Amino acid sequence: MLHLTTGRVGCLLSKQAVVALTSSGARMSSHGHHEVSDSVDMSQPMYWDRLDTPLPDRPWKDVLDSTDKSLKQKEKGPWTALSKEEKIALYRLKFNHTYPEMKRPSHEWKTVIGGMFIFFGITGLVVFWQGHYVYPPQPHTFGEEWQAKQIQRMLDMRINPIEGFSAQWDYKNKQWK
Amino acid sequence: FSPVGKMFRAVVRLSTSGVRSLARIRPCYSAPLASRCYSHAKVETDEEFDARWVTYFSKPDIDAWELKKGMNTLIGYDLVPEAKILDSALRACRRLNDLASAIRILEAVKDKSGPHKDIYPYLIQELQPTLIELGISTPEDLGMDKL
Repeated sequence: MLHLTTGRVGCLLSKQAVVALTSSGARMSSHGHHEVSDSVDMSQPMYWDRLDTPLPDRPWKDVLDSTDKSLKQKEKGPWTALSKEEKIALYRLKFNHTYPEMKRPSHEWKTVIGGMFIFFGITGLVVFWQGHYVYPPQPHTFGEEWQAKQIQRMLDMRINPIEGFSAQWDYKNKQWK
Repeated sequence: FSPVGKMFRAVVRLSTSGVRSLARIRPCYSAPLASRCYSHAKVETDEEFDARWVTYFSKPDIDAWELKKGMNTLIGYDLVPEAKILDSALRACRRLNDLASAIRILEAVKDKSGPHKDIYPYLIQELQPTLIELGISTPEDLGMDKL
């Protein structure tokens, strides 16, 4: 019996997943203002910039124009014959970002902290509005006079006379210790 | 439920038969302290590890895939490769006419050193003869170590 229900739940989840995928696919194709789709073709060798995997499956620039091709030809010869610019060009053909570029800091934290504070602020406004418009009036027992009488009564009853409340009251001089 | 019941009954039987039968049972924790439960596999020494990788990159007809696989695996390890391994890898790049990957390897090694800023300059110093011979410029030479 347990077997059947887990199967049913699994089926439901997969249905939801399929719906999510198809709907996102629909959304992507509706962007339509550029030819290249946002989704990556996973059946082809991929390029990546990863610190822990320095050499990706394919070079950054696959389609080489004539200058690139002639540079690649020159690369087959002694590298001492290459100028610095050519070496940099060869690197940029094969790789997109350098390691420092991969490790560049982003300004995302400002968005995160800023967003946090905005939400705190909105919550604060909601709480304030709630306190003003939603909460019923405070019970009469919160009033100054009532509280004073309450404290006097507690002292008269000797509430926690050893270590607690009444222990803090100096009965002789009628003041707090 | 029935196997548990049988077990329980077996235990009861054991306790009632007396101390004599218990003596026959030797639980494994009473074994002498000298034997540990470590694997008996041979641990590769650092020299063997280095030699293995130098040999890997020294393959004369190494192909681009093998270079990629080797480098990506090596960088995946929790260590900075020795200069001799990197030398072998750089020479493999030369055989494959791939200067970009050679520079990439140097970048990766610098990144692997993490907070230990003295490893990379040491390795460059060790690799200087090879770098000069093959004409490999370091990322610093090309100004690629800055953003």
